[in-house]
Amino acid sequence: MTASQPENPAASGARADLRPEHIRDAVIRLAGNSQDGIQSAGALLARLAGRSAQDVMTYMTIPSTISGGPSLFQVRVGTGDVLSPGDEADFLVAFYQHSYDDNIGFLREGGVVLYDSDHVEPDRDDKRFVYVGIPITGLTVEALGGTAKDKGKNVFVLGLLAKIFGFDTEKLQRLLREKFGGKNESILNTALMAFQAGYAYPVGNVLSTRYKFEPSGDAGGRAQVTMDGNQALAYGLIAAGVRHGAAYPITPWTTVMEILRSELPKYGGLFVQCEDEIGAVSTALGFSYSGHLAITGSSGPGISLKTEAIGWATMAEMPLIIVNVQRGGPSTGLPTNVEQSDLYQAIFGGHGDSPRVVLAPSTVEDCFYIAIEAARIARNFSTPVFILSDASLATRIQAFDEPDLRNLVVEFLPNLTPRGPGFRPYPLDGLTQHAPPGTRMLGGVYPTVTGLEHDEMGHPTGNPRLHSAMTAKRRNKLQRLAAEIPLPGVFGDPEGEALLVGWGSTYGPIYEAVKTARDGGECLSALHLRHLNPLPNGLEKIFARFRRIIVVEMNDEGLYGYGQLATILRARYCDPKISSLNKTSGLTFRVKEILEGVLK
Amino acid sequence: MSATIPTLGPTPEKLTKKDLSADHPTWCPGCGDFAVLASFYKMLERRQLPREKIVTLAGIGCSSRFPYFVNTHGGHFIHGRAVPLASGVSLARPDLHVFLFGGDGDAFSIGGNHLEHGARKNVNLTYVIMDNFVYGLTKKQTSPTSPLGFKSKTDPNGAVDQPVNPMKKLIAAGATFVARSHATQVNHMVAMMERAMDHPGFSVVEILSECVEFFPGAFDAGNPRKGGEFRLIEEKMWDGSPEDERRHDPSDELAAYKLADLPFPGAFGVFYENDRPTKNALEAQWVEAVRAKTGKKTALELLQQTFDRMK
Repeated sequence: MTASQPENPAASGARADLRPEHIRDAVIRLAGNSQDGIQSAGALLARLAGRSAQDVMTYMTIPSTISGGPSLFQVRVGTGDVLSPGDEADFLVAFYQHSYDDNIGFLREGGVVLYDSDHVEPDRDDKRFVYVGIPITGLTVEALGGTAKDKGKNVFVLGLLAKIFGFDTEKLQRLLREKFGGKNESILNTALMAFQAGYAYPVGNVLSTRYKFEPSGDAGGRAQVTMDGNQALAYGLIAAGVRHGAAYPITPWTTVMEILRSELPKYGGLFVQCEDEIGAVSTALGFSYSGHLAITGSSGPGISLKTEAIGWATMAEMPLIIVNVQRGGPSTGLPTNVEQSDLYQAIFGGHGDSPRVVLAPSTVEDCFYIAIEAARIARNFSTPVFILSDASLATRIQAFDEPDLRNLVVEFLPNLTPRGPGFRPYPLDGLTQHAPPGTRMLGGVYPTVTGLEHDEMGHPTGNPRLHSAMTAKRRNKLQRLAAEIPLPGVFGDPEGEALLVGWGSTYGPIYEAVKTARDGGECLSALHLRHLNPLPNGLEKIFARFRRIIVVEMNDEGLYGYGQLATILRARYCDPKISSLNKTSGLTFRVKEILEGVLK
Repeated sequence: MSATIPTLGPTPEKLTKKDLSADHPTWCPGCGDFAVLASFYKMLERRQLPREKIVTLAGIGCSSRFPYFVNTHGGHFIHGRAVPLASGVSLARPDLHVFLFGGDGDAFSIGGNHLEHGARKNVNLTYVIMDNFVYGLTKKQTSPTSPLGFKSKTDPNGAVDQPVNPMKKLIAAGATFVARSHATQVNHMVAMMERAMDHPGFSVVEILSECVEFFPGAFDAGNPRKGGEFRLIEEKMWDGSPEDERRHDPSDELAAYKLADLPFPGAFGVFYENDRPTKNALEAQWVEAVRAKTGKKTALELLQQTFDRMK
């Protein structure tokens, strides 16, 4: 909690009315069990912050068990840019003893632990924290009259937090109505009762300070939308005119397919659930072949299953979008945790020489824009395109400026214009653009798309000269794409001691680390790659301006001491000053860890 | 979906075998697949479908070379996965006639799961399976339909695994048109393919098609010219006659199973047919209902509405 007028709530023990304190930023961690509605309470807080033009970022873990087990949700609300979910919590809400035991270590010194005194016995001898005990379970049951039991604890806590942080109760109650209003009225009423009970609780008896966020400076800008990364990805695909897709459920990819399955029919499209991952990629390729660029997606193990068919897409030059929401691997690994260990798989996971386009979004907002870019590249270059998201982006809720939909939403129909006699599906002197079925071929020769090596007309051939020429054709188009990719900007000093290079969801902690270091007078810079294959041209010129290049990524340092992107950059630039900072705990980087790793 | 595809009117030229022929087939001389190809041309000549609306797709195997030999839109996919590929084409483009060709390895071994689910979902397409009881392209290994005792390079002492019964597998999976034919019977193949094409739903014709190189004589027992019997399934005519009593009712699933259990070479014709709604129709209905509910808004309006809810 960065306070503009530093005032430690622990310092004043007076049990008076809550004294206001202005803050720029607060990290609130809710810890309970997975059936307690921790996620929905956290998500409501995040959306409230988004509506109040505050910047917001969330972080959640959901146990991979079906029901039960510890669960947590962390919301960071701030004024100005919130780049990471926060290293330490300012405020911990603990529903159970285990929630307290497991999470107290994440509370900063001087932080507040608000605990359910019906379940938690805190260690009050530890004088580092402020203890606020409230019988949350008992009060919820009392407020709701017993039939709902303790369901509603989450909303009771929302009421408490609304009071403590001075949230706009009108807006929050409107959000509750939006969330529960569709169900039967008694559910909404129960929620509102729980909220009001929490808000009315005389928290001033146990806590002395009330916090108030400084107003956001850019209130006059575009409206903010609040969503998670999988939603942003799905809606980005819809904006890009993608209307067809197929997949199989797997965590943490699944919510993308759930959204597309129910949304695409509204747009006249169709998303189907298939019998398995191979059936899914094959069905998606059938959609693409029929003239409708399609999307399939999965998480690591499912992508492995799709690999042979993706090889076909490369050979047949069929456009396709493949989303991989990465999780910890290999195998079933850590299905609900985050890792960036599928980069090699995305770039090199194919059989044969099969160059693929690989993009990675850096934030929730970027999930939206990268989907649009992936669709554009797939269509223009008639090629499979990977989007490497990850578990942390998938479940993180962020607020961002509402996209300019009017200028982004596009519609595509299959191009069935009759093709002239000179039509070649695989021209050696140009980019492939297929004639989908239904297209009349005026020369009377109809095209075959194929996974066999072929000549320009799609006839199978084992001709050595043609295999070399066609292999080069498939490679050249990616080189052509590389020339179009803008060089990413450098954040921080344009030259100097060290450049942090990141990709994907590490963007936030890396940039915050640079900011923190620079605020402390250190010289540090960062560069974030969204295009991982092909890489943009000219990176070596940027690298030349720094003494050290440190690649920060959530994967293993490998046999030779370098992470996956670091290895690729070292191979590409033969630059010995490229080193690695890795993390494989299944958790996102903390800002502190990056600073320690870099400045040591 | 269908509404977005422009109609281009009828194809002006009359479709002949000459138009339909493409690359010269690479099959061995005497291969049963030549007759299947000839029957397919014949069926298309009879029906005069708009040529650009015909799609021939296949997986991997000798018979899966089919699309190269037919001058229509076509695709040669990977081993065993042609059913989901064809499902995508069929679901996205109701204006097309989707034909799928392949062998016993593609259909019953590596692609077995997709066959099951394509049939269960009743995707509208026609699948012609050229069953030769052996892996020919890779030169004589055991196939899922190789009879017990068949000696191959992977079963030098004779096959020990119970072969698949294609008719039973297809009926159990939920295919809505299941027929069987023999590559020496051109008129019968044409009739079966034609009925399969006209059937809305997942229609399959298994054709016993001899591999002269690696399993010669496999289907002589079903070929009268080789001393065998081509036993036709007589379908009920519902004329009330006493002989109609013993004729086959293709909607009778149990009777179809019994026919499928006849000793080799068994019977030929339509084993099973029902008119369960297709996935194509059910999905299209859903899309229509959703579109009607949202008032057929433009994509921009729809997405704007969604984003307004996230503010």
